[in-house]
Amino acid sequence: MTTKLFGEPVRRREDQRLITGKGRYLDDIGHTALAAAFVRSPHAHARITDIDVDEALDVEGLVAIYTYEDLTGPMAEPLPVLIPHPQLHAPRTGFPLANGEVNHVGEPVVMVVATDRYVAEDACDRIVVSYEELPVVVGVDAARAAEHAVHEEIPDNVAARHHQETGDVEPALAAAPRTLSFTQYIERSACMPMEGKGVHAKWDADDSSLRVYTSTQASTSVRAAIAAKLKLSLDKVEVIAPDVGGGFGVKIVHPWPEELLVPLAAINLGREVKWAEDRREHFIGSAHERQQRQEITVGYDDDGRITALDVHIWHDNGAYTPYGIIVPIVTATQLVGPYALPVYRVVVESVFTNTVIVTPYRGAGRPQGCYAMERTMDRIADDLGLDRAVVRERNLIQADQFPYDHRLTFQDGRPVIYDSGDYPGLLDKLRTLVGWSEAEHLRADAAERGKLLGVGMALYVEGTGPGPYEGGHVQVLGSGKVLVSTGLTSQGQGHETAFAQIVASELGVPIEDVEVTTGDTRRFGYAVGTFASRAAVMSGNAIALAARGVREKALRIAADVLEAAPEDLEIDAGLVQVKGVPGTSIPLRTVAVLSNPLRYAFDEAAKQATQFAKAGDDDKPPVAVGDAPGLEHRDYYSPIRSTFASGAHAAIVEIDPATWEIDVVKYAVVHDCGNVVNPMIVEGQVHGGVAQGVGGALYERMAYDADGQLQNASFMDFLMPYASEVPNIDIDHQQTPSPLNPLGIKGAGEAGVIPGTAAIASAIEDAVGRRIASMPISPTELYDLVRDPSSERTATAARREAGAMA
Amino acid sequence: MTDTERTITVTVNGVPREATVPVRRLLSDALRHDLGLTGTHVGCEHGVCGACTVIVDGDPVRSCLMLAVQVDGSEVRTVEGLAREDHQGGQVLHPVQEAFRECHALQCGFCTPGFLMTIAAGLEERDNSVELTEEDVDDMVGGNLCRCTGYANIKKAVHHAAAAMRDA
Amino acid sequence: MKPAPFRYADPRALDEALALLSEDGAKVLAGGQSLLPLLSMRLAAPAVLVDINRVPGLDAIEVDDTGVRVGALVRHSTLLADEGAARVQPLLARATANVAHPAIRNRGTTVGSIAHADPSGEMTSVLALTDGTVTVASAAGTEVLGWRDFFVGPLETSIPGGAVVTSAFFPALPQRSGTAFAEIARRKGDYAVCGAGVVVTLDGDRRVESARASYVSVGLTPEVHDLTDAVAGAPVEQADWAAAGELARTLVDPDTDIHASADYRRLLVGVLTERTLASAAAEAVAGATRE
Repeated sequence: MTTKLFGEPVRRREDQRLITGKGRYLDDIGHTALAAAFVRSPHAHARITDIDVDEALDVEGLVAIYTYEDLTGPMAEPLPVLIPHPQLHAPRTGFPLANGEVNHVGEPVVMVVATDRYVAEDACDRIVVSYEELPVVVGVDAARAAEHAVHEEIPDNVAARHHQETGDVEPALAAAPRTLSFTQYIERSACMPMEGKGVHAKWDADDSSLRVYTSTQASTSVRAAIAAKLKLSLDKVEVIAPDVGGGFGVKIVHPWPEELLVPLAAINLGREVKWAEDRREHFIGSAHERQQRQEITVGYDDDGRITALDVHIWHDNGAYTPYGIIVPIVTATQLVGPYALPVYRVVVESVFTNTVIVTPYRGAGRPQGCYAMERTMDRIADDLGLDRAVVRERNLIQADQFPYDHRLTFQDGRPVIYDSGDYPGLLDKLRTLVGWSEAEHLRADAAERGKLLGVGMALYVEGTGPGPYEGGHVQVLGSGKVLVSTGLTSQGQGHETAFAQIVASELGVPIEDVEVTTGDTRRFGYAVGTFASRAAVMSGNAIALAARGVREKALRIAADVLEAAPEDLEIDAGLVQVKGVPGTSIPLRTVAVLSNPLRYAFDEAAKQATQFAKAGDDDKPPVAVGDAPGLEHRDYYSPIRSTFASGAHAAIVEIDPATWEIDVVKYAVVHDCGNVVNPMIVEGQVHGGVAQGVGGALYERMAYDADGQLQNASFMDFLMPYASEVPNIDIDHQQTPSPLNPLGIKGAGEAGVIPGTAAIASAIEDAVGRRIASMPISPTELYDLVRDPSSERTATAARREAGAMA
Repeated sequence: MTDTERTITVTVNGVPREATVPVRRLLSDALRHDLGLTGTHVGCEHGVCGACTVIVDGDPVRSCLMLAVQVDGSEVRTVEGLAREDHQGGQVLHPVQEAFRECHALQCGFCTPGFLMTIAAGLEERDNSVELTEEDVDDMVGGNLCRCTGYANIKKAVHHAAAAMRDA
Repeated sequence: MKPAPFRYADPRALDEALALLSEDGAKVLAGGQSLLPLLSMRLAAPAVLVDINRVPGLDAIEVDDTGVRVGALVRHSTLLADEGAARVQPLLARATANVAHPAIRNRGTTVGSIAHADPSGEMTSVLALTDGTVTVASAAGTEVLGWRDFFVGPLETSIPGGAVVTSAFFPALPQRSGTAFAEIARRKGDYAVCGAGVVVTLDGDRRVESARASYVSVGLTPEVHDLTDAVAGAPVEQADWAAAGELARTLVDPDTDIHASADYRRLLVGVLTERTLASAAAEAVAGATRE
């Protein structure tokens, strides 16, 4: 059947406009709009003593200047703590424009509105802000030492102390045959989508209504935030996410100051106003992620089976906590990975620093958790002289242990209960795919070429598709066109295609007839957002349920016309027909027409549904009690908890011992996200994730100096991989459907990035025989490590050397 | 004579266009905001990401690293000019555009126009009867950043397009 | 990230350009691949931008037995593709291939990158290594400056405001010589963490007569290091290139930045020197054999 497209590599319908230059990104909208630009703090921590705008007033084309003094009501209050949590005992957020104090370089202080962006920047240049500098806290260690405080009233710099435990860890550790303890670090990177953020606002004074376009991952909640902050009725605000040039997490945070200030100016000035973030602003005015200090103690037996795990993490949350402690919770709960841990305790202390805020970046705390757990596995293997794969294998949750309850509470407040999976299956496939048993041969070959070769692996489990809900609406028009909408947004994941596949398959219509709209509050007002690998799971299932609702109604109406029982009908290629009776059918579009009894024949199709077109039953109302006109259905999917995808990655690196350049020569991925809607799209997500994983392991790092200045706030110095830095990726798949949702799918968006740092650290350690305890690592750092006599050699390296000498 | 504003004439996608621009206007901004060709995207404004790549007088260049006044009298090709019209007024995609769709070489699409222009110029100027090497492909795509695809499918698309152009 | 206001002129003759450049705060715009980012970041804000792209006569590559003269408007990509230039002075194409990416090379000029005097620029070190000169025009006339007199500091040259470099001259490779150029960059096409260009010259008995090197991203201005002492007189097959690398490490004074420590750069100087000298020597042998 042509319409059963679920699971097929359908080419994307988004592409036609995007490859011909007809996409509509934020800065493509409103070419007559005024432009906003911002004066941002050049200091990491300072008191503002004066703002002098006099010099700027002469700039021709200047329209308005806003400082904190111009904000009133809710706008003069701090930005919301978006996700409050009882353990977030000292939340702090900034103001839309700085109120007397700045806490990181890049914090907005003044907004300028002018005829164009050039002029707006001219005016910004002439505004003189006087500061009294305060002591600066940079990095988790400085925050932890608390010699200075980021926020005066929080002297220990601790925003939250997140704590979970599944048993009594201390006696378990004391009873363990063996224990080891270590500390390791992971540094800051960032989402860095190719399109920065941006906001366009248009006020209709006659209608007292506001339309906002914003490059967001959460248009419905931006809408609610704007309405609340600007004291507008929700029905007078519409927010639309146009084509969005990548998100990766940074655009889930909201409301960004600019998302409130640009609409404020538009209302205030009665003009369209637009702000398109430039790259430097994005570096210092958006969000970063990943920096943690991890202190780990593990107890295990002589076979390498873990008996207890105790983890204390210091998490750098930057200057403010608008997104709560989601990243720390995710690290704490996803750290356990595919392993059965008899006793686990985790404490994450989330600390303030005078740096850009930390909010989810693809993976959202999982890469750090994976790094902690997988490097623990490596250490156990090294200590016992066991194969790293074997140690992992011995700790895996087995296929017959599902549902598996970790006795932890996830980021959605729900228990961490793994729904399904086959982790030994993943590991077996990975060993084959990467050639794990061939490693020693490869090492010898490389040695002959003068290279140090190492292999590493890392496994992960990823909670995807958290609630609370998403919705879908499906409507069949009299033209045969099928309109589909959902509230969550798209940033390149191919939602228009995947959701159209689901509707075409569920409803039995040609995919060409299906039109999908996402992230537009005019079409769907209830939504949560696109994050946590949840779009396919949440909106996919909601849309499937909506399509099933439409199907049910269509069969009911068609059954009446065809004088058959609904259960004897099927829909295929847009035709409702009696099963096994060719020719007895009615087009779905006609059913749609009939579903809406009409008085007026505004077009040919409508004529069929008017009151004299057919004989009715005089005893029944045209629209039955409890029914509604139109062939449409709205439905919601609200899961009891997240579904857990999984995967295993392996990397082979070659290192030149003369220059310490690190080359990833092979990268293998085994991936399980349950049932797959579109395998082409899923592979694309994996490719992109792996590239970010490699970037995070070897290239990307936010380099702050001690004064809190970001030293590499440009694409010249913040090293995102080009094509030349990304290895070829071998992928194998496994499918363990989720029993939790109707379509059996699990999320796939973030998976690719999660194990990169862990697997590559493991491979480098294997190659050079020195302990890798800080990531990312660059050639210059590797050189420092290998020539430092105090750096720790691995036991494996010592054994290898002894073996070679024997 | 020095100016602060100029009227320039430039042939864009085969069509002569005129615009009056401040002399400091970047070519990328002039294309997008003065000429309404928003298909050219701006990703970094310091010449590293390649999203704004257009073809000026036959060569791919970064449009954020040129002033609009510098293309006075030149020919510029942008992503909007990559497909050609067929006899029925429809659109025939460039082989590189076809290949990007076929190979899933784009996700968010923001960097895509820059890649398309760079690759189109690269493939058009080479002798496509000669087999394309991995090195050729790396050279063609190596100066553009993409944050979504990990590049695997972009490289695949270059091969795909080269094969289509060879067979055409 | 938009340039601050400036006035602009695109003169059609060198005289006119020089007249415009005499104004305070005037700056030359040639390829613009380094200047435009500085303008957009507002790290440079010239009062007048004098665009020399329409000045005739500055876009020639002149090649003869003595060397290669590269005009101020010759793009990197043009020089890279010039077979005559590569034959007379192979370092030109070898170094140019390491300059950024093709789209940048299509617009950026060789002379512009020399005039920019960035210690991480490839062509500055090639000018030094080949003992090249630049021709500088100003209202006062034309003068030829040796590279040592030209480079004063990082991003700083000796030429006064109002002057423009109209060409650079790279002397031909001497007989019985070979060259090599190699870089290590964090990402392909990035500024080098360290780069090395070398020339090895043999005597009539295929013994090493001289070995010289110049580095990229090492030191504040280009320098040429004579490494001959480590290998002088050795039959080329037996020359101890590693010793030359060791010598080079003692001669350089690199800096630390976020991408590499000074020590690491020094390590790379040694490795790249050894590798490039061996390659250059092999080329010199091949050349000598053909003679």
